[in-house]
Amino acid sequence: MNRIDSLFKNKPSDVLTIYFTAGYPNLDDTESIILGLAKAGVDLIEIGMPYSDPLADGPVIQASSKEALKNGMNLDLLFDQLEDIRSKTQVPLVLMGYYNQVIQYGLEPFCKKANQVGVDGLILPDLPLDEYKKLCAPLFMQYELTCTFLVTPSSTDERIREIDAASSGFLYAVSSHSITGGDSANNLSDYGSRLAALNLKNPVQVGFGIHDAKSFQAATAIANGGIIGSAFIKALSKEEVLENKIYSFIEGIRV
Amino acid sequence: MSMYNANKKGFYGKFGGAYIPELLHNNVEELRLTYLDILGSDEFKTDFDGLLKDYVGRPTPLYLAQNLSEQYQTNIYLKREDLTHTGAHKINNTIGQILVAKKLGKKRIIAETGAGQHGVATATVCALMGLECIVYMGEIDIQRQAPNVARMKMLGATVVPATSGSKTLKDATNEAIRDWINHPHDTHYIIGSVVGPHPYPDMVARLQSVISQEMRLQLKQKTGSETPTAIIACVGGGSNAAGAFYHFLEDENVQLIACEASGMGVDSGKTAATSFVGTEGVLHGSKSLLMQTKDGQVVEPYSISAGLDYPGIGPMHANLFETKRASFVAVTDKEALDAALELTRLEGIIPALESAHALASLKQLQFKKEDVVVINLSGRGDKDLSTYMKHFEL
Repeated sequence: MNRIDSLFKNKPSDVLTIYFTAGYPNLDDTESIILGLAKAGVDLIEIGMPYSDPLADGPVIQASSKEALKNGMNLDLLFDQLEDIRSKTQVPLVLMGYYNQVIQYGLEPFCKKANQVGVDGLILPDLPLDEYKKLCAPLFMQYELTCTFLVTPSSTDERIREIDAASSGFLYAVSSHSITGGDSANNLSDYGSRLAALNLKNPVQVGFGIHDAKSFQAATAIANGGIIGSAFIKALSKEEVLENKIYSFIEGIRV
Repeated sequence: MSMYNANKKGFYGKFGGAYIPELLHNNVEELRLTYLDILGSDEFKTDFDGLLKDYVGRPTPLYLAQNLSEQYQTNIYLKREDLTHTGAHKINNTIGQILVAKKLGKKRIIAETGAGQHGVATATVCALMGLECIVYMGEIDIQRQAPNVARMKMLGATVVPATSGSKTLKDATNEAIRDWINHPHDTHYIIGSVVGPHPYPDMVARLQSVISQEMRLQLKQKTGSETPTAIIACVGGGSNAAGAFYHFLEDENVQLIACEASGMGVDSGKTAATSFVGTEGVLHGSKSLLMQTKDGQVVEPYSISAGLDYPGIGPMHANLFETKRASFVAVTDKEALDAALELTRLEGIIPALESAHALASLKQLQFKKEDVVVINLSGRGDKDLSTYMKHFEL
């Protein structure tokens, strides 16, 4: 069974997902961040593939992506860095980025390589459902990669059902009308009741605006868990030892 | 079904579509479901045609440039978009889209701009209609294009500097899209070119198609035939070319010639000639040709002309390139400057630097004495005076 499916089977609530940008703060931090997060008890990790034009992302992830690219991060290097990761941890790993990066790498070579290094799933926010069904779904299945799509508070019930049907692994419920890094994960309860009433086939992770213990609890109250990105990236810095930073950040979320 | 226009899902061959985050789905879907009905309604047509006539100053003349014709030993007509209100074809699109926005009940208008021409055209229609206007402009472009920034401000627009990425047009577009994500209900995004997710490329092409619609009538009157030998237009994103080509797409005997800015030269690394150096990719919500690294990172383009300084081309043009319906010509900064001076001295018309790229292609093309060539003179050169002053030591 895929590591993401086992995770949600064994732990249906309080699932903490952390996003980080590969190549930030330093080019070679990928492994230490993954192992640090796993050790601190994070359940699922999203590895951001830095992109020049991250449309759905706010200033923090834009800045970390720019810095990571400046540091020299690219997909070949990222896959190299992940080559031995499965001998060290079994934490579920998801790659998150923009569809153009996958097109350029080549759809099948990308899937094959991701599977080979032990990646469990993908999140490509600008991949349209039609194109996914036509071109990507058979390959993702062949290479055992889940595909998570996003829903928003303004998605209609019909749209959420359609997206849920196409998704695997988990569904990404965006908390509000905004790009990443806001602080508006409030008033989630109506949204949560609506999602719950739809009897979705996928577990749900709430993201965008989740930045502290309180907003994480708000997410876990309405879904299987929450995703933190910008707030974690803000907490990282070049100067301090990563492991300590990671540990204290996660401790602050899981009070 | 035309092979050169968008199909129902917004694809021109393999290019186009809507590659957008779910956060934009409702905004784009609202437009997709309504734009054809709105554009086709009698109310819209009456308002649009009326404003184009009395406010923009259409139809624009089709002028037989006799001195230029003599120079190149053929018959050259200039479609005078430079004579429109605000000085470029951009206003055709913003008039149309502001009417669409009003019909949809939007209160807030956002736009991106590079050189400032589309920003000014958007600020103009917002002033006319009394709607709030926010224009995103790269921080670097704000410094380079001070007079247009002042015009937008005088028209009541808020100009927001885009400080992300390379701080130019590409990033201003990203910022406008992010604004639209953050304002899902009350805001309409007026994209300035035939780029972006479906339905934008098709909607903007339809609004600009008034250019070729007029050309056909004017050519019939002046030459006895509705169809010329060739139509020449410059392409950044490609809205003036889309408008100039639109009603000739199915006339396969009419040569369509798209002129791209190759900056310091196609292979110099300082270019914006997407069809020459680009590959298939996704930018700003559609699949098209795109200047990018082998890793799929978007490359910063370069051209002396801010209006052509864009790392992609609209999906319609990518398809015209792919199907070879249009031929693409690369024009350097130097060639464009020479062509601008040539037109000024031969005809007494100072063209925009963008349009000068279309004029410069005459040196690379061969026409017969009896041929009829239409060049879309997309804008006037007032905004480029500081560049001309520098290069011509005026």
